[in-house]
Amino acid sequence: MKKIVIHPITRIEGHLKVEAVVENGVVKDANMSGTMFRGIEMILKGRDPRDAVMITQRICGVCPEPHACAAVTAVDEYAGLTDKIPGNGILLRNLILGTRTVCDNILHFYILSGPDYIDPSKALDYSGSDEDLNSLKRFLEQGYSKPFLPRDEIDYRLDDNVTRTVTGHYIKALDIYRKGQEAATMFGGKWPHDAAIVAGGVTENVTADKIARFIWRLKEISDFVNNIYLPDVIAVARAYNEYLEMGRGCGNLLAYDSYRTGSNGIFKEALFRGGIVTGTSKYSDINIKNITEDVTHSWFKESEPLYPGSGVTEPEAGKPEAYSWIKSPRYDGKVFEVGPVASVLCTYLSKKDPDINKLVDNALAETGGSITNMYSIAGRHLGRVLFSKIITDNLNGWAGALKAGEPTTVGYSPPMDGEGVGLIAAPRGALGHWLKVKEGRIENYQVITPTAWNASPKDKDGQPGPYEQAIIGLKVSDSQAPVEILRAIRSFDPCTACAVHLVTPGGDLKGKYKVV
Amino acid sequence: MYPKSTTVIPVISLQGQNCTGCVTSTLCSEYPAIKNILLDDLLPGVKLDFVFHPTIMTASGNLAMDMLEKAGKERGYVLIIDGAIPAKDDGIYCVTGEKDGKKSTILDEVIEFSRNAMLVIALGTCAAFGGIAAAHPNPTGARGVGDVFLTHEIKVPLINIPGCPPHPDWLFGTITEVLLKGLENVELDDLKRPKTFYGKLIHENCPNRAYFDEGKFAKKLGDKGCLYELGCKGPITYSDCPLRQWNGKTNWVIGCGAPCSGCTQPEFPDFVGDFYDRIIDVETPASLHKAKTPEK
Repeated sequence: MKKIVIHPITRIEGHLKVEAVVENGVVKDANMSGTMFRGIEMILKGRDPRDAVMITQRICGVCPEPHACAAVTAVDEYAGLTDKIPGNGILLRNLILGTRTVCDNILHFYILSGPDYIDPSKALDYSGSDEDLNSLKRFLEQGYSKPFLPRDEIDYRLDDNVTRTVTGHYIKALDIYRKGQEAATMFGGKWPHDAAIVAGGVTENVTADKIARFIWRLKEISDFVNNIYLPDVIAVARAYNEYLEMGRGCGNLLAYDSYRTGSNGIFKEALFRGGIVTGTSKYSDINIKNITEDVTHSWFKESEPLYPGSGVTEPEAGKPEAYSWIKSPRYDGKVFEVGPVASVLCTYLSKKDPDINKLVDNALAETGGSITNMYSIAGRHLGRVLFSKIITDNLNGWAGALKAGEPTTVGYSPPMDGEGVGLIAAPRGALGHWLKVKEGRIENYQVITPTAWNASPKDKDGQPGPYEQAIIGLKVSDSQAPVEILRAIRSFDPCTACAVHLVTPGGDLKGKYKVV
Repeated sequence: MYPKSTTVIPVISLQGQNCTGCVTSTLCSEYPAIKNILLDDLLPGVKLDFVFHPTIMTASGNLAMDMLEKAGKERGYVLIIDGAIPAKDDGIYCVTGEKDGKKSTILDEVIEFSRNAMLVIALGTCAAFGGIAAAHPNPTGARGVGDVFLTHEIKVPLINIPGCPPHPDWLFGTITEVLLKGLENVELDDLKRPKTFYGKLIHENCPNRAYFDEGKFAKKLGDKGCLYELGCKGPITYSDCPLRQWNGKTNWVIGCGAPCSGCTQPEFPDFVGDFYDRIIDVETPASLHKAKTPEK
């Protein structure tokens, strides 16, 4: 038996550690720990509810816009504005969230996950005219190698030509990321941490020239998603065929309704349908009252699993059975995975939009898999690119539906006391904000992020969280360089600053870390 | 045809209590684009070599920790830190890695790796002044790099590049200025911010300034007019946002109709009022009389 510790796990958002027990080349047990915390929810107490939109974006600078959208949805509900927001305001929020989500997904596949599958040193033998690849070739010829080297020697399987093509796309992805953020900034104000998303709508006014400038920027992004990102994910899934089986996880999925859509100024539909999926393909509606947070193995005072709206966060230093700062969100007491794959499959199984279902079926056919294979390392990447493609296909229409010169916000005159909930599909999956206001100030604020669901520790029934379940049972070819574990963890797109932000620490914690 | 750069400057990036927003901002550098920063010379004959960067490096775990240790033994690197440094309880609130069972915190790393640096850059408001992590009630004792330097008597040159996030030009522009003029000739303000980028108040260059001077104030967000009544911190915030603008000059905060949040200032985010509250009794160097008695 051998214990593997990987810390830091790089190419993710935040600070994450994995500890795995390997026996005869198979992972027998795994513990995930988030190792940084700030106490954002405690910082929010006593502030103006509107400030939650500003402060919660700083939970994560890779995905701030979903926090802005979840927070603003909660504040809108508290202030009674949900059905009063002008169509422009709803569409602008969709455009900001959608465009930035696509950028985030692209960043994840190429820059964060890419080095686990592609070998950039193949650019040394490049003889074509692509300026990006020639830049890289020059760089390597001059003897430079970082940040690509050093690295563990792993199984790079794409043939040399495909490797060079995908490596070129790695460099191009950096350009596309910037251009996509520029497009969204036209409406959001700046990247990261949008300023335009406010209670009641979006502050940016709509003009015809902005719509045109946005749409032309968008074209380049959607070309990349359709002609580069989607084919590359499929190429990797085919080359790493057994990764369509590996890292299955818990087999349950959870998602929230997201991206308000509609026509004639009425926005009652959701582009992505929320719900839960159990047993691979059984869809049911979601009842958020069934969500609880368990703290059995988290450094918090023992309590019954609580609904987040009434959740408390009281740390307990040195709690012997604890090993993580992340709580364990559960639905109906069971473990659920969240992520783009959950949004795509909930929509696929419930809404039966012919275009979306055809897209999913075709992509699965190209990889040679079926719905079952969406629950895997390669399946998560596939789910993410399909999520991006569905969003991209809708951005144009949303931009076209904007009405130049018409209002984008309504006034804000909230009650002294109230509550609100904001639920959306972030780039990493289901994100929920729960707000409680008393005498005009935030009395309680709870956030359950996608990574809290996915990176959660074991619960009172001993059920491991989704990351842990995805790792347990993995075959590790080299315990010195356990790339299979890293590929499994990165397939979820971890955002640990999101997951452990909610801690309210106090007291002497030195003893705590000895438990890890 | 392509001679190797004569000067190679190693760059070590450390991340404390961050949100990675400083990194995603930097990724969106327009000129030079990030691909050029990674692969090409920043200036003719001068190359930045990103020897340790947790967000982009291939290596993880022990291999990454070895790289950091090795890079830190060489002198003459630039150390870029983003995120705040929690100092309470020996820094246990941000554990960045471990090797042979020994954990290291960002506090340990800042102290250890500042020593051999030729220049330390505190990137973003959290690293410069504590920022969001240090917001009331500052649960983890978060602070900026400068504070850590004071406590531990570290005397390495430090430049603060605050902003939530900082503009990519502020980072790469500052490095370029250091390379072209020499560190001792880069003018810094009292808060160690380069005057090139933080020399003037937003208010001084604000396109809404005419509204302010005429007393035309927006009454609700989305309206035309100066945003002073809606909490704009432009009159007390130093940065060149109005001129430089953001993300390929597509927009900026006041440009999109939102009040400036004052994110380059040490007070951020705990100003006297809320984000959407008028600044009260703050003396502004520009138009003092107007700012003190705005018309309701």
